[in-house]
Amino acid sequence: MTKELWEGNAAIAEAAIRAGLEAFFGYPITPQTEVLEHFSKRLPELGRVFLQAESEIASINMVYGAACAGARVMTSSSSPGVSLMQEGFSYIACSEVPAVVTNIMRGGPGLGNVQPAQSDYFQAVKSAGHGDFHMIVLAPSNVQEAIDLMVLAFDLAEKYRTIVMFVADGSIGQMMEPAEMPPMRPVRPASERPEWALTGAQGREHNIITSLYLGAENMERVNLRLQAKLREIEKNEVRWKEYQTEDADLLLVAFGTVGRVCQTVVREARQSGLKVGLLRPITLWPFPGQRIAELATQVKGILTVEMNAGQMLEDVRLAVEGRCPVRFYGRMGGPIPLPDEILPELKKLYAAVGG
Amino acid sequence: MTMETKEAQIPADMELVYAYPESLTKAHTHYCPGCTHGVIHRLIAEVVDELGVRERTIGIAPVGCSVLAYYYFNMDFAEAAHGRAPAMATGIKRVSPDKVVFTYQGDGDLAAIGTAEIIHAANRGELFTTIFVNNAIYGMTGGQMAPTTLEGQVTTSSPTGRDVEMAGWPIRMAELLAGLPGVAYATRQAVLDVPGIRRTKKAIKLAFQAQLAGLGFSMVEIISTCNTNWHMGPVEALEWAKEHMVNYFPVGDTKVSDAVNALKGGK
Repeated sequence: MTKELWEGNAAIAEAAIRAGLEAFFGYPITPQTEVLEHFSKRLPELGRVFLQAESEIASINMVYGAACAGARVMTSSSSPGVSLMQEGFSYIACSEVPAVVTNIMRGGPGLGNVQPAQSDYFQAVKSAGHGDFHMIVLAPSNVQEAIDLMVLAFDLAEKYRTIVMFVADGSIGQMMEPAEMPPMRPVRPASERPEWALTGAQGREHNIITSLYLGAENMERVNLRLQAKLREIEKNEVRWKEYQTEDADLLLVAFGTVGRVCQTVVREARQSGLKVGLLRPITLWPFPGQRIAELATQVKGILTVEMNAGQMLEDVRLAVEGRCPVRFYGRMGGPIPLPDEILPELKKLYAAVGG
Repeated sequence: MTMETKEAQIPADMELVYAYPESLTKAHTHYCPGCTHGVIHRLIAEVVDELGVRERTIGIAPVGCSVLAYYYFNMDFAEAAHGRAPAMATGIKRVSPDKVVFTYQGDGDLAAIGTAEIIHAANRGELFTTIFVNNAIYGMTGGQMAPTTLEGQVTTSSPTGRDVEMAGWPIRMAELLAGLPGVAYATRQAVLDVPGIRRTKKAIKLAFQAQLAGLGFSMVEIISTCNTNWHMGPVEALEWAKEHMVNYFPVGDTKVSDAVNALKGGK
């Protein structure tokens, strides 16, 4: 395979198709509409299912239905639309059917705007819907990584029979970059759908997919099973990337678009004599807290940089547990923090920790 | 977990003329004595048996009194979020076009919280069947006003009777959906007496046949009772429904497409 020029949103959609996606249900919303548009063209020509739903509520419940039927399925949206889907996330998590959702995040709260933002971190990581559950949350920082993580998203969703959320922002969604697509995986034939799926009770007992468990003990048993699965995911699926952390005195923690900006910050800081490293979480849940805790004993201070008011910051502080000072720099509602803004924050931190 | 009915022993010298449907499990239902859900479950099961499609049928249960319907139907079943059964059915049918898919929904589920989902599924002509049980009240939550509660009807959330100036009018779904081109067959029936039960079964069968023939969306609205929350005896409830509900919700077909009409004639 060779590299081609791909727009982020189209790349996300095409990667899902290459990963064997059978059906997409969605509703247009900026800045992710190109995902839906790419599917609207490609899926019918491949003989697969594309449907523009009447709302995000309908989209996620169509996904829920198709997932119950054992099909590889996804939807895509942006912040306000994702809020509408949260009912469905909770049902899907409890019913333990695999599904993938992308959130090309935009500025909020409310209708906000269509500028890039990371202000749905809490929603994705801590508060995906009612009840005790987590989604696996994947956060790419460039188009190639978006492609690779889309494929991984389906594998993880099916491995754990859970909901996987892919979070990026409009700058990744709209940006064009050279990237390499994976080869086309064959679509799983309907005859090979999982044995738990609703495929018709032919020669077997009837399958039931529900999230209703009347009785305290019953519901607790289900919760214990879900929690055990989440612990298993925490054990196996934490992903992150480090840049020049080996000898670092200061650590940057940042994900997605601003994680990429921080790679430049590391380079520029080192040019000015500061030994700075970067840890970029790729899975926001499960969070690479253990590794951050290890690095907190090595570095003198940590600067968390986000495109929000300091959401991942809470997880960084929980991981660090006071081992070193943790500071924050963020922009909200669309501005992307630039190296020229972040570098002075690093210098202030360095001065404060007695560097 | 649930109590079960035992197999009846048929003496060798007697002919079996009426059997328990294969499409029902032997679980005892949780429905109140006098409730008509059991009758409607049985009619659907008989139709599925007669059409020979049990092994490829997928049902979707609603939120409401029939939330546990999946324990009573001997076929694959999903449980939807409140009102979202038509969206789930859309997802299932689109990826499994060879399956027979139906939703089983009450008046709150279909005509209040799930209005958008049913209208758009019907408008797309989705190839599934909806069984809509209208008993003019919220049963599971203990008798609150439903979108189909009659004018003046007393419920726990309309204690002085439904005031249409405040709460609007009871909604006629069979008529509303009939205006959509995607609907092949829409009808309202009533399970309030034996002739009505027989006609309801015929309507359910036609709705499933329309689906099997790929003719479009089909819905059977069924006038039903809730003697518990109406605070009546079962027989009194049947009489009350005949007297009051059927006036406002007339029984009969509201949409029969030409293709469904041909199907009807060709039987």
